[in-house]
Amino acid sequence: MDRREARGAARFSPAAGAARLIAGFALAHKKYGAEWWILIAGALIVLFVIYTALFPSTLAPYDPSDQSAGPQLSAPAARHPLGTDNLSRDVLSRVIFGSQTILGVAFAAAIVSSLIGIPLGLFSGFLGGFLDRALSLVMDSVYSFPGLILAIAFAAMLGPGVVNITLAVAVIYIPTYFRLVRGQTLTIKEEVYVEAARAIGARRWTIIGRYIFPNVIATVVVVFSLNIADAIMTEAALSYIGLGLPAGIPDWGMDLAMGKKFLPSGTWWMITFPGLMIMILALGFTMLGEGLAEILNPRLLEK
Amino acid sequence: MEEKILELRRLCIDYPIHIGTVRAVDEVNLELNRGEVLGLVGESGCGKSTLGLSILRIVRPPGRISGGEILYHGRDILAYKDRELLSLRGQNIAMVFQNPLTSLDPLFRVDRQFLETIHQHEPKATREEALAKAEKLLGRLGIEPRRLYEYPHQLSGGMRQRMMIGLGLILNPDLIIADEPTTSLDVIVEAGFIDLLNRLRREFTLSVMLITHNLGLVAAIADRVAVMYAGRIVEVGSAESIFHRPLHPYTEGLIACVPNIRLEQEKLVTMEGSPPDLVDPPPGCHFSPRCFRVMEVCRRQQPPLQEHAPGQRAACFLYEEGAWKS
Amino acid sequence: MKNLLRYLITRVLLTVPMLLILLTLVFVVLRVMPGDPVSAMLGAHAPERVIEQKKEELGLNRPILAQYLSYLSQLARFDLGDSMIFKQRVSQPIVEKLPATLELTLVGMFFTLLIGIPLGAFAASRRRSSRDFAIRLYGNVVYCMPVYWMGLMLQLVFGVWLDWLPISGRTGSRAMPSLFERTGFYVLDTLLAGDLAACGDVLLHLFLPSLTLGIVLSGIFVRLTRANMLDVLKSDFILATRARGLPERLVVYRHALKNAFIPILTMLGLQFAILLAGAILTESTFSWPGMGRLLLERIYLRDYPTIQGVIVVFAVFVSLVSLLVDLIYAAVDPRIKY
Repeated sequence: MDRREARGAARFSPAAGAARLIAGFALAHKKYGAEWWILIAGALIVLFVIYTALFPSTLAPYDPSDQSAGPQLSAPAARHPLGTDNLSRDVLSRVIFGSQTILGVAFAAAIVSSLIGIPLGLFSGFLGGFLDRALSLVMDSVYSFPGLILAIAFAAMLGPGVVNITLAVAVIYIPTYFRLVRGQTLTIKEEVYVEAARAIGARRWTIIGRYIFPNVIATVVVVFSLNIADAIMTEAALSYIGLGLPAGIPDWGMDLAMGKKFLPSGTWWMITFPGLMIMILALGFTMLGEGLAEILNPRLLEK
Repeated sequence: MEEKILELRRLCIDYPIHIGTVRAVDEVNLELNRGEVLGLVGESGCGKSTLGLSILRIVRPPGRISGGEILYHGRDILAYKDRELLSLRGQNIAMVFQNPLTSLDPLFRVDRQFLETIHQHEPKATREEALAKAEKLLGRLGIEPRRLYEYPHQLSGGMRQRMMIGLGLILNPDLIIADEPTTSLDVIVEAGFIDLLNRLRREFTLSVMLITHNLGLVAAIADRVAVMYAGRIVEVGSAESIFHRPLHPYTEGLIACVPNIRLEQEKLVTMEGSPPDLVDPPPGCHFSPRCFRVMEVCRRQQPPLQEHAPGQRAACFLYEEGAWKS
Repeated sequence: MKNLLRYLITRVLLTVPMLLILLTLVFVVLRVMPGDPVSAMLGAHAPERVIEQKKEELGLNRPILAQYLSYLSQLARFDLGDSMIFKQRVSQPIVEKLPATLELTLVGMFFTLLIGIPLGAFAASRRRSSRDFAIRLYGNVVYCMPVYWMGLMLQLVFGVWLDWLPISGRTGSRAMPSLFERTGFYVLDTLLAGDLAACGDVLLHLFLPSLTLGIVLSGIFVRLTRANMLDVLKSDFILATRARGLPERLVVYRHALKNAFIPILTMLGLQFAILLAGAILTESTFSWPGMGRLLLERIYLRDYPTIQGVIVVFAVFVSLVSLLVDLIYAAVDPRIKY
C-alpha cells in the first residue's frame, strides 16, 4: 500500500474514529450553547455517582446496615441529614451505598446486552437473507413488548441474586442494539466506498471491521449511555416490587418499597431521597447520552 | 407619472447562524410600479426568495430584517402593527409559492383553505357567499368548480398551481409576489401560466413581482427586470434593455449562459467560480472574483447602483469612468 | 376501497407471526428457565416421589415440544388453564381485574396526551426560547422519574399532607358491590346506575394513579410532539398559510398540529406497551386491584399458570393496540394509497 492509499484507509480505522470523537468534543463547546452544558452536567452527575459507588466509605457517615445509628424513624436533622429508617439505619449512608448495586447492575446489563446485540446486528444486517429476516422478526417482536413485563417474568423465574437480575435486565435491551446496529449496517453497506472495497477484493471481515464498525461506534456510544439510564430505571423497578436482590444489600428500589409502608404516617424521607437519586442518576446518563448525540451527529444543528 | 406601489429602501436581511451572520440581502433599493411585472432574477442563493418573503415579513427564522424600509403605497410595512400585518397578508399583497403540492396543506380540502382565508379577512361573509366567490374565481382560472372540493394530492400539478393562484387572488390584492411559480412544473404548464398571467394582468390590474432564475419566463412577461447577485441588486432596467443591452458583466454572463437553439453553439457558456461566502464576503464588488472585466477598484470598493443609461441602473465601476467602456 | 380491505387483511395477518413469537417467548421464559416450580411450590424438602407425582399431574414431564404444542393449542381455544394455587380457572381473576387496569391505562393515556401534546406544540412554536428549554427540561426530568416514586410523592402531598385525595383502592364507597358489576369499569357502572355520589368517589380514587401514569409518560410525548411540530413548521404550506394572513395561533394549532398529529398517534400505539408496564408499578403503589397487582401476587405465590396467563393477555393486548393504531393511521391520512 503506498502512502496515499494508507491515508485513505486510515480514515476508516478505529483510531481515526476515536480521533474524530475527541476533536468533535473539543470544538463542540464553541459551537453549541445549551447542549454543551447539558453534556457537562450529565457527565458530572455520572462521574459523581460513580465515585460514590466506588468509594462509598469516604462519603457515608455510617455503615448502611448499622441498626443503631440513631433514633428510629427520625426526620432529617443535623446528625442524619436524610433521616433514619424504621430499623434505625442512617438514610444518607444507605443512599450512598445503594449506588453500588444500581450502577453495577445497570452497567453490567448494558455491557451484556451490547456484547450480544451488536455482533448479531452487524452480521444479520451484513449477511441479509433469511437469517436476517427471521432474526429481525424475533427482535422486533421482543422490542415491541413492554420490557419491564419481560424483565419481571425473567426475574421471577430466575430468582433473586445479582447475576440473575443483571441477566433479566440485559435480555430486554438486546433488540435495541440489534436494531440500531443492523439499521446502520444496512445503510453503510450501500455506501459507495464499501462497494469500492468489495470491488478490489476486500474480505468480509475487513469490510465489517474497517468500514462498518467505526461508523457504527458513534451511535452505539450514545445508545449505551441512554441504555444505562433505562437499565437503572428497570433495576430499580424490579427491586421495588421485590424481585431484585436479597434483603440486606442497600438498594434504592428496595428502600422505596420499605418506605412505602410508613408513608401514611407522614414519614417522607425514606421515600423521597432514594427515589430522587434514581431520577438524578437516570437523568445524568440521559443528559450525557443526548449531549453526545448532539455533538457526534452533525445534523443536529437543526434543533 | 407612474405610481410606485412598492418601494424597498436599503433593505437588509441577516441570518445569524453558529459560524457568523449571513448577510442575505444587502442594502437593496428596488421599486415596483403600479400595473407592471417586475422580474427579479438571480441564481440560487442570491437572496431573491428571502427578499420576496420579507415583504410580507414571513422570513424563516433565524432570518431577520435588520434594516431599511419596505414602503407599500408609501407606508413602511416594517412599522405595521400585528393586526395591520395580518390584514395586509393575502388581502393587499399575496404570495404564490414554488411547489404547489407542498404549498397546500395536504390534510385540508382546498375549499376549506379558501374558506379559511376568506373568513379571516371578511368574517361577515357567509359560507355560501364565500364558496360562490371561490367557484367563480376558479372558473376564470379555467378550473371546474367541483375540483374545489378535493384534496391537494388529488389534483394535477398545473391545477394545484392554479388553486394557489386562486388563493392569492381571492381577496383582490393589488400586488402579487410569485416565487418561482413555474419551476416545479413542466414547460407546457409553464406556457399556460404565462398566458394566464397576461390575462389576469389585464382583468385585475395586478402588479407582480416575479422571482425566478428562469430568464425565459422573465423575457416572456416582465416589463422591468432587476438582477440580483449575492444579496445585492446589480442591475435594473426595462426588460428590453436588460436583454439587449446589458450593462453589468454578470447580467451579460447570465444571458450568455442561456442556450439558444437557433445559434450554432458547440459548447455551453458557463461562468467560472461560484458565489461568495456571505458570512465573510470579499470587500468591494461581490462579483469581482469572477468578473472577466474586473479592475483594481472593483476589489476595494462597492460600486453604487446608478443610472448609466436612460432608465437603466447598474452597480459597476466600468461605467464610472467612461473611458473604460470597451 | 378494495385496496383498503386488502391492506387491512395483510396487516392483520402480519400480527399473527409477531404474536406467535411473543407467546413462544413467554413459553420459553416460563418453562425452559432454571428453577423448578414444583419444588418451589411444595418446598425443597418434599419427598422425591411427591414431587414427581405432581409433575406428572401437571404434565411437566412430557418432552418440551409436546408441552409447547399443547400450550399453543390451548391458547388457540382461548383456554388459559387452571391456577396451580387456587381452585379457579386462570381466566377468572383476569377477567375480573382487566377492566381495572384498562380504566387506569386509558385515563392515564388521556392525561399523557392532555399534558404532553399542548406543551410540545407550544415549545415548538417558541423554539429556542427559555420557555422551550424549560418544557424540554420538564420532558427529560419526567421521563427519568420512576413512576412509583411519582405516585408515592403525589400520595404524600395530596393524600397525607393535604388529605384531599384517597391513596389506595378504586373506591371507598360502601355501596353495594353489585353496583360495580355491569362492566367492571367503575366510572361507567356508577353512571349507568345513576349513583353520582359513588361515581364521584370512584373518580377521586382514579385521579391520582392515572395522573401519575399520565405525567410520567407525558415527557415522551412532549418531545415527540415538539420534534414533529418543528418539522411540520418548516413546511412550505405553513409559510403559505401565514402568507395569507392567518394568525400564528391558527397556523400552529390548526394546521401544524393536525399535520404533526398522525405520527404522534402512531407513537401512542407504541407507547401503550410502556403504559402497561407503568400500570403494573402504579397498581402496586396505589393498591389498585388490576392485572398488574394480580401478576405480582401470583409471582410471590408461584402460581405459574396464572403468571403465564396474565403475560399472554398483555402480549395480546399490545399486539392488538399496535394493529389498531396502524389501521387508524391508514384510515385517517387521506394521502395513504394502498
